[in-house]
Amino acid sequence: MDAFRQAMHLLFTLDPELLQILGVTMRMSFFSTTISCLIGLPLGTLLGTHSFRGKAFLKKLLHTLMGLPPVVAGLLVYALFTHYGPFGSLHLLFTVRVMVIAQCLLITPVVTGLCASYMEQSAAGILETARGMGLPSGRVLLLCLTESRTSLLSVVLSAFGRSIAEVGAVSIVGGNIQWKTRVMTTAILLETNKGNFSFALALGCILLLIAFVVNVAASWIVKEARYD
Amino acid sequence: MKKLLAILLAALLVLSLAACGGNTEPDPSAAPSQSDAASEVTNPTIRLSTTTSVNDSGLLPYLLPVFESETGYKVEVQSAGTGAAIQKAIDGNADLILVHAKASEEEFINGGYGVERLPFMYNFFVIVGPKDDPAGIADCEDAAAAFAKIRESESKFISRGDESGTHKAELKIWGEAAPDAANDSWYISAGQGMGACLTMASEQQAYCLTDKATFLSMEKDLDLGLLLEKGDDMMNTYSLIAVNPEKIDGLNVEGAKALIDWMLSDEASEMIAKYGQEQYGVSLFYLLEK
Repeated sequence: MDAFRQAMHLLFTLDPELLQILGVTMRMSFFSTTISCLIGLPLGTLLGTHSFRGKAFLKKLLHTLMGLPPVVAGLLVYALFTHYGPFGSLHLLFTVRVMVIAQCLLITPVVTGLCASYMEQSAAGILETARGMGLPSGRVLLLCLTESRTSLLSVVLSAFGRSIAEVGAVSIVGGNIQWKTRVMTTAILLETNKGNFSFALALGCILLLIAFVVNVAASWIVKEARYD
Repeated sequence: MKKLLAILLAALLVLSLAACGGNTEPDPSAAPSQSDAASEVTNPTIRLSTTTSVNDSGLLPYLLPVFESETGYKVEVQSAGTGAAIQKAIDGNADLILVHAKASEEEFINGGYGVERLPFMYNFFVIVGPKDDPAGIADCEDAAAAFAKIRESESKFISRGDESGTHKAELKIWGEAAPDAANDSWYISAGQGMGACLTMASEQQAYCLTDKATFLSMEKDLDLGLLLEKGDDMMNTYSLIAVNPEKIDGLNVEGAKALIDWMLSDEASEMIAKYGQEQYGVSLFYLLEK
């Protein structure tokens, strides 16, 4: 209860550092989710609605990547962007941008895989209609996506959920730098390491609250769009 | 399997109790089980809460097997920053602590949680940084003078920022003039362990205050030089404190006493003084005069 009270206190006193951390968290999660979905949804739809040689293998690969441990993704991105790494000259290590890159590596396979499974089960009807209308393949893809938007929302929200809750990759490539790359999860980990367990729990409450608000907002938007 | 589940549940219970704030009464089931060990000691499990520097430097993995084989005890080491190491003991999850932050240790004892502070070994913090030393700290008399030069030249400096013993030592050296990460862009508060901070310092060619042991163990992978050591304000003292059984129940009091006695023994002292010489050519820890 103490943790909850502390969480409310932090929120309502508009603690400047908390607001800054929330800002970084939202910026990171927004971009990771958006980019992953821009790549993963079309890719998943293609995979779910087409059959070709090697598809079974590709899906196995995808499902493996869906389970990629965040620390491994973090290490890979770290190795790429470290000072002497292939992209070291870009000086992106310990920035929010590289955190987004690491998260996209994690989340894109999840979006692609979930979207492909959904399309496999439900796109048959849409495909038939599209073929009957003689639509070009680009339009078919678009139709599949727009017709399934309510269901794909849960895919997008899982992507967002994975992004906002992830700590392994972002702490490695972001470095948990105060006023710069610290996000909610790395802040929680830091407070835990400091021994401030109840404060850490308070931050956890706030993180859950945000996730809840985002979920409610997203379903509301999709519902509105359906009535248009 | 059932036992594992029971331990997990107990851990969860203790954690939730701790989370409910200031609860110092641990769940009795969280205490190490009076297992059916064949050895003559009644409770063979000792829970030692310590800081990362003693464990990651390899000192404990080097000492404890000897203690364990001599006495039949089994030491469970939990390593974290000094802040967390002490908090775990306050929450009833450790029998003794081995840490290096005098002010926090005294607070721990004054709160009634610790029996007695036993400082027994020390080493030196060192300042590492870019090999070309842009702030020119290598000739400084002590850490305070070096920090002043770093501030003057606004050279990048990585701070642990995690309330660990090293972070507290750093803040003490800055004194009243501690930089503010919000306004001083050259001062980077990383909020991570020593290893992660050193890696970051190497990447960003920044200065960093570190314990010597961790730096030596990572030196070959870092693009950093050891610039300043052995200033008067850079001494780092480690203490052992047994948790007070009058304040916290479910402790392994005999076990904690046995481990402390052994750590202060001539045998352990000799081992500690020798540690590091083989691998690095220098001792990593020195003994305090008894």
